Amino acid sequence: MAIEVSGLTKIYGDRAALSNATFTVPAGTICGFVGPNGSGKTTTIRMLLGLITPTSGSAKVLGESISEPEKYLPRVGAMIEGPAFYPALSGAENLKVLANLGGFPQSRVAELLAKVGLGDRGNSKFKTYSLGMKQRLGIAAALLPNPELLILDEPTNGLDPSGIHEVRELIRDLARSGTTVFVSSHLLSELEMICESLVMLREGKVIFSGLTQDLLTAQRPLILAKPEYEIDLIKLKALVEGAGYKVKVSGNQLEIDAPIDWAPNLNRLAFESGITLSSISPLLPSLEETFFEMTGDDK
Amino acid sequence: MINVVIAELRKLRRPTLLLSTLLTVTLLSGLFTSIVFLRVGSKGGNGRRGETITAAELSHATGFLYGFKLVGTLLGLVALCVFASQTAQEYTYGTLRNLLVRQPSRMKILAGKFISMKLFAILMVLLAGVVTISLSYALAGHAKVNTSAWSSGTAMHLLAQSSLNIFLQTLSYGLFGMILGILFRSPISAIATGVIWSLILETILGAVLSGTAKWLPAANFSNIGEGGTLDVSYKHSLLISVIYLTVGSALVSFLFKRRDVAN
Repeated sequence: MAIEVSGLTKIYGDRAALSNATFTVPAGTICGFVGPNGSGKTTTIRMLLGLITPTSGSAKVLGESISEPEKYLPRVGAMIEGPAFYPALSGAENLKVLANLGGFPQSRVAELLAKVGLGDRGNSKFKTYSLGMKQRLGIAAALLPNPELLILDEPTNGLDPSGIHEVRELIRDLARSGTTVFVSSHLLSELEMICESLVMLREGKVIFSGLTQDLLTAQRPLILAKPEYEIDLIKLKALVEGAGYKVKVSGNQLEIDAPIDWAPNLNRLAFESGITLSSISPLLPSLEETFFEMTGDDK
Repeated sequence: MINVVIAELRKLRRPTLLLSTLLTVTLLSGLFTSIVFLRVGSKGGNGRRGETITAAELSHATGFLYGFKLVGTLLGLVALCVFASQTAQEYTYGTLRNLLVRQPSRMKILAGKFISMKLFAILMVLLAGVVTISLSYALAGHAKVNTSAWSSGTAMHLLAQSSLNIFLQTLSYGLFGMILGILFRSPISAIATGVIWSLILETILGAVLSGTAKWLPAANFSNIGEGGTLDVSYKHSLLISVIYLTVGSALVSFLFKRRDVAN
């Protein structure tokens, strides 16, 4: 496991920012970290990086206890709560400060600036950068140690669609080369595309930890059924309602609120009534729909 | 540790900080030395607190050090500002989290910062020394000052002693600024508090409560730079400064090590 969290708790005054959190992140995977604002994501990340001391509980990062961050941080890259750099220094100088600090070769700086698309702006002062450029520099800084574990907090903030695509591809490339990526984002559709597993928080508590597919299939999917002839839609709808399920006409097909294993029965019912189905398929809810349902957030 | 020092020096050498600080030191050194020599013997005073320094006094072995000693306290205040801002800015920019991810030992971060700023202070003192002494020689003729005693063995010994004292004074003010920077976590608050305390509050306290001046931090830092006075000995100032700075450093080291980095 790249990250193992057990009963991790952080209490500020009488408020629990994180309460008894337990989850794991398998090595070599991309794991999404989601939850509404204030649900404890950043507090968790800061505890994993040794910046905040937990009130109770324990965690291991790359097999080492978070009470000894010096044992694992040289193998970890992180961008927490947006990029923070010295405004009067250039992008390259900012990275060189961190390279000096971590004892990484200075040659990594030019290489990483090119990798995140800042090759031609490395010598410009950080304060002249756009939000997207600052974000790219933050990602470059996180990659300095050639990390075994990369922790990214909202890496696509401020990026345009092509920038988001580039970051997505970068994360996939890193995962392919064996890097574990633990990434939080509000762009749930992005996470759905790249994350094999998810940790979901609500009000400081872990409400889901596991494979993304398991989460989505655990939600009640719909059955999409399309008759060969549109004229059969109403007849098919009546059949489904007769079987006791809710149904809605959507274009030239039906959305049936029934368990997936009822699909063969639907097919049989339609056949017996002289209706040919041209397609019948499950419709899984999106991560965004699941997120809103599980966290109780309004859209 | 060396990695932290190199990283900190990279930040300190940025032109906006390095050049502006060195320019300030050069201008202040030039101004104070010019006042000493161009207003030599003036009844209005050409030394500290309106004191009159004559050409005869400037012809002694200590003559070329008047400007250097005069600018000493201001070097201290410049160091206070630089040390305070370099420390507190990590909180305001949010860069402390980056530093601690790359170097998890908080004590190494603190020690590395102090060492790098100490090197910066040495540079400031060296520059002030070079400017004040060069200008003293340049203006000696105009002030009718005999410079033959300035190159004597005694003068060299005094130069070494004054340089060390001014360096210790600058470092004391700087460390005071660093302590304030960690306490307040804001450059503006730390600098304002440090400067107002050193220049105004201590003066008022010293005037209102007689006898308190010899126990106040900034007064003792400045007294180190002067090599001690008839009222307050050098050893006393050194001891009081060490006590203040040791207690302050221990307190902020504890805070820096234990405080959550939540910004």
